[in-house]
Amino acid sequence: MASDRVMLHLDEAGHSYDGERWQFRALGLDLRAGEITAILGPNGRGKSTLLRVLAGLLKPTSGTVGTNPRTGVVPQEFSGAFPYCVLDIVLMGRARHIALFETPGAADIEKAMAALEATGMAGHAARSIGSLSGGERQLVLIARALAGENDVLLLDEPASALDLKNQDIVLSLLGRLADGQKLAIAFTTHQPNHATAIADKVLLMLPDTRTLFGPTDEVMTEDSLEALYGVPVRAVGLGDGGQEETAFVPLFRRRARKGDIHD
Amino acid sequence: MRNDGFARRSAGATIALLSAGLAVVAVAALGIGRYDIPFARVIAILTAPLSPPDVAVTPTEANVVFIVRMPRILLAVLTGAGLALSGAALQGVFRNPLVGPQVVGVSSGAAFGGTLAILFSFPRYGLLASAFAFGLSALVLVYALNGIVARRNILALVLAGVVVTGFFGALVSLLQYLADTEDKLPAMVFWLLGSFATANGEKLLLVVAPVVLGGALLIGLRWRINLLSMGDEDARTLGVSVEPLRWLVLVLVSCIVAAQVAVSGVIGWVGLVVPHMARLLVGPDHRVMMPASLLLGALYLLAIDTLARTATSTEIPLGILTALVGTPVFALVLRQTQRGNHGF
Repeated sequence: MASDRVMLHLDEAGHSYDGERWQFRALGLDLRAGEITAILGPNGRGKSTLLRVLAGLLKPTSGTVGTNPRTGVVPQEFSGAFPYCVLDIVLMGRARHIALFETPGAADIEKAMAALEATGMAGHAARSIGSLSGGERQLVLIARALAGENDVLLLDEPASALDLKNQDIVLSLLGRLADGQKLAIAFTTHQPNHATAIADKVLLMLPDTRTLFGPTDEVMTEDSLEALYGVPVRAVGLGDGGQEETAFVPLFRRRARKGDIHD
Repeated sequence: MRNDGFARRSAGATIALLSAGLAVVAVAALGIGRYDIPFARVIAILTAPLSPPDVAVTPTEANVVFIVRMPRILLAVLTGAGLALSGAALQGVFRNPLVGPQVVGVSSGAAFGGTLAILFSFPRYGLLASAFAFGLSALVLVYALNGIVARRNILALVLAGVVVTGFFGALVSLLQYLADTEDKLPAMVFWLLGSFATANGEKLLLVVAPVVLGGALLIGLRWRINLLSMGDEDARTLGVSVEPLRWLVLVLVSCIVAAQVAVSGVIGWVGLVVPHMARLLVGPDHRVMMPASLLLGALYLLAIDTLARTATSTEIPLGILTALVGTPVFALVLRQTQRGNHGF
């Protein structure tokens, strides 16, 4: 792992919109080829800001970011104003490779179709984006990032609005892309189990701009997640024959209902 | 993809059909008028320099077709094409199907320039120059205002357009208030209502350069407008330099609109309505939607202008007809788009 190429890195980077409240500070981070990094943090702590700094959309207020021009970004939701067909959307991923007054050619369509193939959406190429489900739209947006032949893939909560089945589809796709195409992938999520499922490394955005970054096993503990979310979290070992799984379960405050047994 | 191939082929067929339709209507329009010439005879007159017809072309026929009607028809075609293409580009750039070429303030700037020229009795070219110059200066004002408020904000851009439009609108009213009611006020009102009645070769020349050049560049940018329509941040992550590209489109549109207003007054609704019809016909992809808008706009304005000069003995101002016809058409098109999957 350590020998994998660094595709994108942050060095002592910090970001603040107003100079007082910092989203993160003195953060060092490497995204390596073939490696998946999960970014966890509660709402409003700056996960999306960090992702935008990584994408080069925002400049860090302090420190440096070594951005990669071959970075594909998958937004949380499709934001287009017009109901383009799926292939047209994926073709947009080719923008960097097409001159100003040109339109996509046969080679671009081929690459777009290959990207749709990789995400299992090739059969939907001619459909309107408006007629797809949330999960399918997410896969189309991932295909768009793939069509650009990028080294780095940044995803903003790729599975947060999806049902369990679609979460599994998107997460396992990310795993295949890291292993098969050696992409450096970073994604934000609210769900610790997404990180344990596929991430090699995890970044926790703790309170007071502290961060914790390291291999998934070392970072993901009951204590660190409790500090992260401010809710008691228990790790549950789910031994399933040969495969040992750890799931993290938040302990929400339960409501007392009629029929509950009271001590 | 079979489906996709089908969609592209049918879009290509629609474009071909529209081109053929435009050619037929243009030839027919050359014959329609107080001096009626049958369709076949118009073709004979047009091809006369190449193959002289059996019955020689009379001087009257040549005069009517080449001197009287040809400049006017070409002007209507170029104006309709330019306005519709501008509207299609702007709707994509602003990600809003309700904007038209007037949103950037250029129309009202040009209207002020023209009104000013009439008030001070500029010579004929003075009016054209003044309208064109004030049209472009409106865009400069919008740019400056947008820079003061928020450089990267698209809403601030639209609001800057609204402010500049309102400002020049007030100035036009002021000039009308100051104008001599016997002589200059009617001239202003009629000029503002828009007409091709005074079309001639010179006016045609003034419109040809911006519409053909600007139009060709806009058509060249048609796929980039797809990218811009995804929103600023998304477009940036796709590798698009959003602000320079957006201003390039705005400058091209402004040249077209300023030249159009200078020559034929303010013609509303074409740039707003026609892109919706095009979207209904060929879908939202600007690669086909913009060429389709161009052809439909030319066809639409040519039909309306032919109506304007033949329906009644005194000519109905174009601006009135485009609004009278455009509004119900727009309502119909909206109903259609909101029903099916062609919507936005």
